[in-house]
Amino acid sequence: MNDIVISVRELSKRFGNFTAVDRISFDVYRGEIFGFLGANGAGKTTAMRMLCGLSYPTSGKGSVAGYDIMHEGEQIKRHIGYMSQRFSLYNDLTVWENMRLFAGIYGLNKSQTEQQATELLERLNFSSERNTLVGSLPLGWKQKLSFAIATIHRPEVVFLDEPTGGVDPITRRQFWEMIYEAAESGTTIFVTTHYMDEAEYCTRVSIMVDGKVQALDTPTRLKQQFATESMDEVFRILARGAQRGE
Amino acid sequence: MGAIEVHNLSKSYGKVQALDSVSFSVERGELFGLIGPDGAGKTTLFRLLTTLLNPDSGSAEVDGCDTAKDYLAIRSRVGYMPGRFSLYPDLSVEENLQFFAALFGVTIEDSYDLIAPIYKQIEPFRTRRAGKLSGGMKQKLALSCALIHRPNVLFLDEPTTGVDAVSRSELWDMLSELKERGITILVSTPYMDEASRCDRIALCNEGRILKIDTPEGIVRGFDKQLYGISAKNMFALLEKARTADGVEDCYPFGEKHHLVAREEFDEAKFVAQLGDIEGLQIIRTAPTIEDMFIKLMKR
Repeated sequence: MNDIVISVRELSKRFGNFTAVDRISFDVYRGEIFGFLGANGAGKTTAMRMLCGLSYPTSGKGSVAGYDIMHEGEQIKRHIGYMSQRFSLYNDLTVWENMRLFAGIYGLNKSQTEQQATELLERLNFSSERNTLVGSLPLGWKQKLSFAIATIHRPEVVFLDEPTGGVDPITRRQFWEMIYEAAESGTTIFVTTHYMDEAEYCTRVSIMVDGKVQALDTPTRLKQQFATESMDEVFRILARGAQRGE
Repeated sequence: MGAIEVHNLSKSYGKVQALDSVSFSVERGELFGLIGPDGAGKTTLFRLLTTLLNPDSGSAEVDGCDTAKDYLAIRSRVGYMPGRFSLYPDLSVEENLQFFAALFGVTIEDSYDLIAPIYKQIEPFRTRRAGKLSGGMKQKLALSCALIHRPNVLFLDEPTTGVDAVSRSELWDMLSELKERGITILVSTPYMDEASRCDRIALCNEGRILKIDTPEGIVRGFDKQLYGISAKNMFALLEKARTADGVEDCYPFGEKHHLVAREEFDEAKFVAQLGDIEGLQIIRTAPTIEDMFIKLMKR
């Protein structure tokens, strides 16, 4: 169970004399839902870009899905899933066309694509919508589809960057149930959010302040550690100490 | 007559009905919140009330002026902070402020007392280009610009979206201060937990208003018994609880799941029914705005 899927040690990123990410170290285990929180400007996006192979660290080391952050950025990109803030599929393509497009980008061949896409559609109960234009789907379905497509190449870990911003409370919960389900089946989830109730759904939560990871533990233990009732309070206590803005 | 009066406003874009016969009124000096997700029609409503868009049908008055007939008068009486940062990134902080002051024929000095609590925090950076400011500082500048002509009514479209919990709370403190100065404020947000900072709120979804009341009144309208339940495996708990007797609804709610009970629900029976689940806890809990929103959406 305790396979390590993401491991970073003393990871730093400097832009000129500004240290955006300051020697962060942590491990993420297989099947975990890992919440990655921080105030605006704390360095979350920079850290996440390094983990996704989009930016090389200035110093430190780490690996994601078995590939080295320093040297194997391209391999990392192929072996992770990524869903950006909200919805990023093509509205003018059908459900099936979107699946084919992303499967192709992730390097699946024709028969793999056929098999994976069919299976995903069945699991989502979506087979009848195969030829529907994505733009005409309700928001909740679009979101489920986005997530499914981010996992079409069966990545070990999926990065979700504020996946539920501006989404209604019912759709937001349906989305989290899908995350639970994926985690149960062994997919590792790395997620950022501004909704503090969603922090409670995570196996463990890390909170970044001024480029450093200031706290990392299960929600229950974080609340004990800071003697508070909610993750919202834990976040406030830590973020209030922040020196820098966005 | 209220500061804002909205009568059966409707607006569609092609086939999409963005606003569907919406009516409400906002008292003078009130801090009124429009709470709802994307697609609720919040931005459309702001654009109609600030005379940037004409409705398909219905009418509205802002500060005593009709949005159709007196649109020019309205524009100098209201301040509007759109959801997207819309100041000039190539102008400095001070130049942006001067620009908006000039547009309305006032000076920064005229309004300094009003904007000072907000503007003072960015004044040390007054020569910096607006495009180079942090998110929180941009927002303070935008709010200063929206206030420069001393508007009677302030419109703020999702000022806290994508902003961290601490900055969000600071913004609400600023709004409370402006309310104290007698300004009527209409503000929208997708965050249900911000509802308690408003005098009254309208819960909106898909172009309609589901309910209008004080935050306390909305919560009081939740007429079912609500429980918080938890167990070691929360996901398994959710599935089991949904099929248990007397359960109307069960959904994740932070560290616990919320369970909406029907009349025949019985705690002891429920625990017995779920017997084999490890670490089961059940406790009566008070509903929140979000519980009510979910209930109204499902109706």
